[in-house]
Amino acid sequence: MKGLPPVLITAIVLVAGFALCAMQFPNIASTRVVGNLLTDNAFLGIVATGMTFVIISGGIDLSVGSVIGFTTVFVALAIERWGVPPLVAFVAILALSAAFGGAMGAVIHVFDLPPFIVTLAGMFLARGASFLLSTESVPITAPVYSTVSDFALRMPGGGRLTAIAIIMLVIVIGGALLLHLTRFGANVYALGGSRATASLMGVAVGKMTVKIYMLSSLLAGIAGIVFSFYTSAGYSLSAVGVELDTIAAVVIGGTLLTGGQGSVIGTFLGVLIQGLIQTYINFDGTLSSWWTKIATGVLLFAFIALQQGLVALARRPAAKRAGAAT
Amino acid sequence: MENSLDPAPSLLEVRGISKSFGAVRALQEVDFTLRAGEIHALLGENGAGKSTMIKVITGVFPRDAGIVRLGGEEIAPRSAKAALQAGIATVYQEVNLLPNLSVAQNLFLDRQPMRFGIVREGEMRRRAKALLKDFGLDIDVAASLGSYSVAIQHVTAIARAVDLSARVLILDEPTASLDRHEVEILFGVMRQLAKRGIGIVFVSHFLDQVYEISDRITVLRNGRLVGERETASLPRLELIRMMLGRELAETTSARASAGERIAREVCASFENYGKAGYVTPFNLELRHGEVVGLAGLLGSGRTETARLVFGAERADRGQAKVEGAPVRLQSPRDGVRHGFGYCPEERKTDGIVAELTVRENIVLALQAKRGLHRPLSRREQDEIARRYVRMLDIRPPDPERAVGLLSGGNQQKVLLARWLATSPRLLVLDEPTRGIDVGAHAEIIRLIRELCDDGLALLVISSELDEIVTYSDRVVVLRDRTHVEELAGEAIDVGNILAAIAADVAHEAHA
Repeated sequence: MKGLPPVLITAIVLVAGFALCAMQFPNIASTRVVGNLLTDNAFLGIVATGMTFVIISGGIDLSVGSVIGFTTVFVALAIERWGVPPLVAFVAILALSAAFGGAMGAVIHVFDLPPFIVTLAGMFLARGASFLLSTESVPITAPVYSTVSDFALRMPGGGRLTAIAIIMLVIVIGGALLLHLTRFGANVYALGGSRATASLMGVAVGKMTVKIYMLSSLLAGIAGIVFSFYTSAGYSLSAVGVELDTIAAVVIGGTLLTGGQGSVIGTFLGVLIQGLIQTYINFDGTLSSWWTKIATGVLLFAFIALQQGLVALARRPAAKRAGAAT
Repeated sequence: MENSLDPAPSLLEVRGISKSFGAVRALQEVDFTLRAGEIHALLGENGAGKSTMIKVITGVFPRDAGIVRLGGEEIAPRSAKAALQAGIATVYQEVNLLPNLSVAQNLFLDRQPMRFGIVREGEMRRRAKALLKDFGLDIDVAASLGSYSVAIQHVTAIARAVDLSARVLILDEPTASLDRHEVEILFGVMRQLAKRGIGIVFVSHFLDQVYEISDRITVLRNGRLVGERETASLPRLELIRMMLGRELAETTSARASAGERIAREVCASFENYGKAGYVTPFNLELRHGEVVGLAGLLGSGRTETARLVFGAERADRGQAKVEGAPVRLQSPRDGVRHGFGYCPEERKTDGIVAELTVRENIVLALQAKRGLHRPLSRREQDEIARRYVRMLDIRPPDPERAVGLLSGGNQQKVLLARWLATSPRLLVLDEPTRGIDVGAHAEIIRLIRELCDDGLALLVISSELDEIVTYSDRVVVLRDRTHVEELAGEAIDVGNILAAIAADVAHEAHA
């Protein structure tokens, strides 16, 4: 739309970064490493897909990390202590997290409160509730877990596309279709453009707000289940700070933090960039893993500056079209 | 337009609507009739009640009294959305669409063509393209709306409204930010819609455009209906009189004699002063102890002139002199440094700080002039505040009351006090009596005279011509951002001012 869309820049950064890493460590360019990258970041990709909807609609959801943590504890306790069949436990936690998100959306709309504050409260609530359930790590030994963990599609070159990576890819693709092809998706962009205007144009702003936060929490719940597969345990301290990694991935993916613009694909690329940095640090072996955070911070700054530049460019009257199609 | 013999049925009937905001009566028993297929201009100066009337009709404000009928049926929408559903669509100067969405999405938001839960993007674009083609636009509907000019955004908004089966279309200053070519596009669309039987209310302060496009004109002034006329049979001078003039009685009152005025010294002068695209270069002399009035219609360049004089806007040509010495006025700071003061028109947004007390508001400009490193002591502040509260008779006489709690007239006095505290040599007042009740009105006018007698130079803008006539020693008349006439002494009366404002009509073609 405006010369170079931000998502294309994200893609270029990812490809260039991957090429640089591969020059130093040729082994990175293998399906094995790529498969691991997808598996390691599966939960992040899922929760970031939900966050993309929230941020495009002009909101923010700080509760997702805590919802992931709560989910792992709840699932572990339900299966191991309370003897609930895993599938029933999954359905229960997904219903619970969707209701939780819906409630946050309702509070945001009805009381006209900033999403930042409401979801911050949600963050403390969910984290506190998971401590209430259990303060220690609960290992999960159900046979379903080993079956799922062992399942993988073989990729050419010896890489393994694990079940949780597949879940993540399906959700990313589904999320992209939902955002770009449906009326719901168009309304998400409309809300991000201006809530007042969207309402004037007939969008049911209240219902949309509830649904958007419901979607975000539901995906955080799924991410929690995936996380429990990944670690085979439930722990109330898991996924602390993940909401911030998620926001970073969304912004690096070219979604405007003020809402109205962005894409799920961009977010997916943002997740991969973060994963790539982590992989590079693992390969190097001498760097502290905190370098991931530093690199992410630098990238965030770069992308926010870039967005500001693009927004300023779009505001310039000279950039307006006179009328004819291009 | 031609078939005025068989009057089209009235589509929208407004009878006796009133609306007050606190003590301010924004609309008093106003009637308005819109026929199907006509373009009806709604005119009036700032504060005449045009916007209030539109908002009352469309349910944005609840009305205090009166009824609204659409196609014979009484309606009482409670929101703009409800009005839209009833068939009344409003397009504001600020386009109420979503610039981040594509043109097609904007046209079909929340009613996109669907198949199996998926938006049929291709079908939607095809329909959007066809819809806009009806309006003479052939554009890429997949591009974001924000990438197009305001004119195209306007037409898109109109297209959406009409496609939602609007019967009444209200256009509030739609042409204010359009160039000539874009206005043509918009007018073409308006004519076509009128032909289809849609009633269009056109609010504008561009009289040329009103004469070009409208069939009938309704004029409001001070919240009251002045009259409804056929455009073709309403001379422009008459229209301007309807908008500005009151009864032409009691026009002349106490004014300085000619001899007295000439003796006064020049305080500030502006030679060939102007800014391209803002105000045509003008010559202006402001003398001590003299009031110069700026008269003209809304948008004629009055406020622009005031801002140039004060330094709020930077001139790109000409020379300003203060007490005979050349100066540069590049910012409000420069203006304040040379002893200028400026009370802007939008008191609430540009002038007072409602949460601060009377005292804090009064010392604001003086403190700014002295600089942060020379703070006024509390004792000095108290003294200054007390002095001006007494001098200007600010009520209640409590310097520690928040200014937001005062009436409009007293807020205006606080604003005056703020500048007087800086002992200015020149004070610019933009609509000092707007939104003030009658009693305070007279008091402000008395104050203006008194200040002038103390040797201050005053430049006053007002839409109330009889008011300008009362206190001005000279009147500069503006039209189309140009100073067209300067009246002095006996020549100052409402008739002459109106004649100067409407002067071009006499020899220019009736468009």
